Amino acid sequence: MHYLPHTDDDIEEMLAVIGEPDIDALFAGIPEKLRYSDALDVPAGQSEIEVQKRLGDLAAANTHAGGDAWFLGAGTYAHFIPSAIDALISRAEITTSYTPYQPEISQGTLQTVFEWQTMMASLTGLEVANASMYDGASATAEAALMAMRITRRNRILVSEGVHPHTVHVLTTYLGGLGAEIERLPLEDDGRTASTTLTDDVACVIVQQPNFLGCIEELSQFAEATRAAGALLITSVGEALSLALLRPPGELGADIVCGEAQSFGVPVGFGGPHLGFLAVRMKHVRQLPGRLVGETVDARGKRGFVLTLSTREQHIRRERATSNICTNQGLCLTMATIYLSLMGPAGLRELALQNLAKAEYAKQRLRAAGLELPLSAPTFNEFVVGVPDAPDAALARAKQAGVVGGLDLTRFRPQLGPALLVCTTELCSREAIDRLAAALAGAAA
Amino acid sequence: MGNYDIRNDLRYSKEDEWVRSEAKGVTIGISDYAQQQLGDVVFVELPEVGRILEKGEPLGVIESVKTVADLFAPISGEVLEANSGLGEGPEAINDDCYGEGWMLVLSVADASEVEALLDRAGYLQHIKDREDQGT
Amino acid sequence: MSNATRGIAYEEPLVFERSRPGRRGVGLPPLDVPEVDAETLLGEALRKEPATLPELSELDVVRHFTRLSTWNAAVDLGLYPLGSCTMKYNPKLNEQLARLPGLALAHPHTPAAEVQGLLELMHELEGQLASVSGMSRVSLQPAAGAQGELAGVMMIRAYHASRDDTRRRKVLIPDSAHGTNPASAALNGYDIVAVPSGDDGMLHPDAVEAAMDDEVAALMMTNPNTLGLFETHIGRICEIVHSGGGLVYGDGANLNALLGLSRPGDMGIDVMHFNLHKTFSTPHGGGGPGAGPVGVVEALEPFLPVPVVEQTEAGGFVWDEDRPQTIGRLHGNHGNVGMMVRAYAYILSLGADGLRRSAEMAVLNANYLLTRLQEHYHVPFPGRVMHECVLSDRGLAETGITTLDVAKRLIDHGYHPPTIYFPLIVAGALMIEPTETESREALDRFADTLIEIAREAHRDPEALRTAPQRTRLTRLDETRAARKPILRWQPQDAS
Repeated sequence: MHYLPHTDDDIEEMLAVIGEPDIDALFAGIPEKLRYSDALDVPAGQSEIEVQKRLGDLAAANTHAGGDAWFLGAGTYAHFIPSAIDALISRAEITTSYTPYQPEISQGTLQTVFEWQTMMASLTGLEVANASMYDGASATAEAALMAMRITRRNRILVSEGVHPHTVHVLTTYLGGLGAEIERLPLEDDGRTASTTLTDDVACVIVQQPNFLGCIEELSQFAEATRAAGALLITSVGEALSLALLRPPGELGADIVCGEAQSFGVPVGFGGPHLGFLAVRMKHVRQLPGRLVGETVDARGKRGFVLTLSTREQHIRRERATSNICTNQGLCLTMATIYLSLMGPAGLRELALQNLAKAEYAKQRLRAAGLELPLSAPTFNEFVVGVPDAPDAALARAKQAGVVGGLDLTRFRPQLGPALLVCTTELCSREAIDRLAAALAGAAA
Repeated sequence: MGNYDIRNDLRYSKEDEWVRSEAKGVTIGISDYAQQQLGDVVFVELPEVGRILEKGEPLGVIESVKTVADLFAPISGEVLEANSGLGEGPEAINDDCYGEGWMLVLSVADASEVEALLDRAGYLQHIKDREDQGT
Repeated sequence: MSNATRGIAYEEPLVFERSRPGRRGVGLPPLDVPEVDAETLLGEALRKEPATLPELSELDVVRHFTRLSTWNAAVDLGLYPLGSCTMKYNPKLNEQLARLPGLALAHPHTPAAEVQGLLELMHELEGQLASVSGMSRVSLQPAAGAQGELAGVMMIRAYHASRDDTRRRKVLIPDSAHGTNPASAALNGYDIVAVPSGDDGMLHPDAVEAAMDDEVAALMMTNPNTLGLFETHIGRICEIVHSGGGLVYGDGANLNALLGLSRPGDMGIDVMHFNLHKTFSTPHGGGGPGAGPVGVVEALEPFLPVPVVEQTEAGGFVWDEDRPQTIGRLHGNHGNVGMMVRAYAYILSLGADGLRRSAEMAVLNANYLLTRLQEHYHVPFPGRVMHECVLSDRGLAETGITTLDVAKRLIDHGYHPPTIYFPLIVAGALMIEPTETESREALDRFADTLIEIAREAHRDPEALRTAPQRTRLTRLDETRAARKPILRWQPQDAS
């Protein structure tokens, strides 16, 4: 209980000031029958040594990313994280502050968010990015809700290339609002089939690169949505791809959302990660989440404040653009530091390394006799067919000290036995060679 | 009660819009009382020209930094003009609510609706009643 | 009297304005596979212009963000009495443990058999939260309190739908509620009906009875409420809602007052959320991440978000996705697991007795502050409070000084201000939540400061109106920011 500073004397003196005989009297407002008198089903308090031991044991019972032979991605990517990030975000002023409601003593947080908004607007090719959403999946759901408000329509067309979990979250979010969700199939090459739209469609949602790693041709969807008065939402599954691919906004996407975990946020068993959402200025009043804007103080010095807050729940209540309040601030700070360290050249070099490793891996897998069923261009992730059952192939990989990828049986059975393989900058050539040999094992 | 510029030559709705009868129809805006209550206006959303409004229907919103208020049609009619200058300069509502800060010109569907609006004395009483109810 | 002076106030431009072409903050190893031609591979899809990112050395970046950080108030620097936010101490142990590679680097798609430690941790934390709250089952998935609310109202909707009870279109919400409550209900397509609080600041059975009919899906309430008062009538209110066929949602934002002392499940609450970043000490991170687990009574268990962690007969842990009545998934993975690790470590550290003790000390601290301040500030609802107290600026009316001025003057003395202008039912509210981790001396200094500010309001109101004066920036022009929004830096601005 060393987090509590009260001595017995403190308690006695404070009670005397208040005018109550004991602590129990402070709770007189709770009706007797609502007082809980049993012991909670929680073990007795433990020392730091004991808690470290317990958590250490639990941590040891998990396989985790790290090393040069991790080929599992599927929306959560094991990238290199520069050491300066954890050092900086461990500063108490960053970790133990809250929402910057008082701008005079929150300029650190506010300026960081403004820098993030600038970076993400540029990476996505749009004009305004918000101060984060919970994750890429909920950001995509919020994007669809936004499109429904803007167009006053309720049909949502979702590519089958959108991450299945994202589609699941989207379906959950839209369940109470009468939206009709329809799927756009994939072509044989792995890309979303083009389509003509009727004028009751609110939006088309395409993931870039898509769940199977394929790079979509966004401009055709931009044309189709524009012609139908609908919006194009691009959900970005691997944010690092933005360093190398044409910004979706430049190709005509109206809303770009997605997951920015790749920018310096640990894999973390899937969270906390970093959802983002970017739009054109003309739609800013329908944007959910916090925004930071530039202004001046009473002496004319530049500063930053939370702005356009009338969109938000604490002011507009049931008519707010969303119920989001607490967001992913600390992850945003990590990503802003990451992008500052990488810079334009570093980020591009890193993305090129990812691309090169994937091309090398594809070539090795092909050479080992495996089939790559999808012909569309990819970034750092792709589908490979395996000769036998995916779990057998993954077991062989594990035997060879390699985490081989995601078994697609549950997510995309029509591909037959196949894995989704991801190569980041951390994967070594030697590990890629081992992966190819292991996956081919049964065939060889 | 505060010090409000409530003019004699205008009519007022209980939702704090003023209405000025003119040859082409009526011009409407929000009263000095309303703009003082809101504080610095930062954004106004107005209906498109050509929209037909029913009396009492929400026609748009007006926002300050920390409040949002609905605007309601004080009478029925068609939107003939909307003050596009408020998009870039919403401060006109604070600076000159009866002049540059006008919002819409409406056609008059039913002249008796204009007649039924409050005059200066009636509107001042309405403000006083609300202030006495006290928040 | 002030307890705030930082050595030097640093100036620091935007990160983009520090940029010098050619600088790098990170080096990469040489590529160990053949280089590729991106143009050939990607063609038209290849990016033409690099993004607007700064070019800086590692030290440039470290200085930049270190300097920015010095402009923030923080719990580790001083009392941060933000009402309803529970800005308690965030133990360092939890930070260290959350960074253990076996926890921080595990992958969400790894088969359950290979991440048993994490599943066990989540299963155990669920059980602990269920015990603390008196709920039957807990899902840890929601990423923040507001998403927990969304999940909770979704389960309420699913519950009514499962009974073919389709008339229920309305959700009752007291006028003192957080804005997230009506926003979460609206996201479920419900109409909101505001229920007035009584003159004593509490919700009364007759007000609920008057609003209750067979179109009401639920009542959402916060207990203790946003005035810091325990809702004495909550048992009767839950009975009224239940007898009308509705359910009761409990906003757990203020659970810190009740740990081990009273349980929402015993009050008649059917579904509630927890805020791990409030009650269970996970850091607020400048706005998040939080975590908003949601707990339910037995009747609502079939509707919990998927996947849920189940323990097998053999003692292992598995994900269960196959739940036909589930509302679905709210998170791309398993929620903000890093926050769960911290909360779990906190609960283990405190234990059952420590949790109860922390609630007792939180309530002691709030009442102590209220007692010290009640002769100097107007108290709209006098009496004992739970974990927080609400004052107002009414007593300062003659000076023209408002709550905002008091808040800004507190900054000059090294304090983060309380929550201001909330709850909405108190004009000029100052909502103060000291939390249990503040010592008596810290509370005394804070109270002395607020008392001095009240005196200053009469003696030298200008000092309050122009506060803060000791910060790097004075009051910021929010109107200007909202009228002509500048939401990103653009190179042409760099003059």
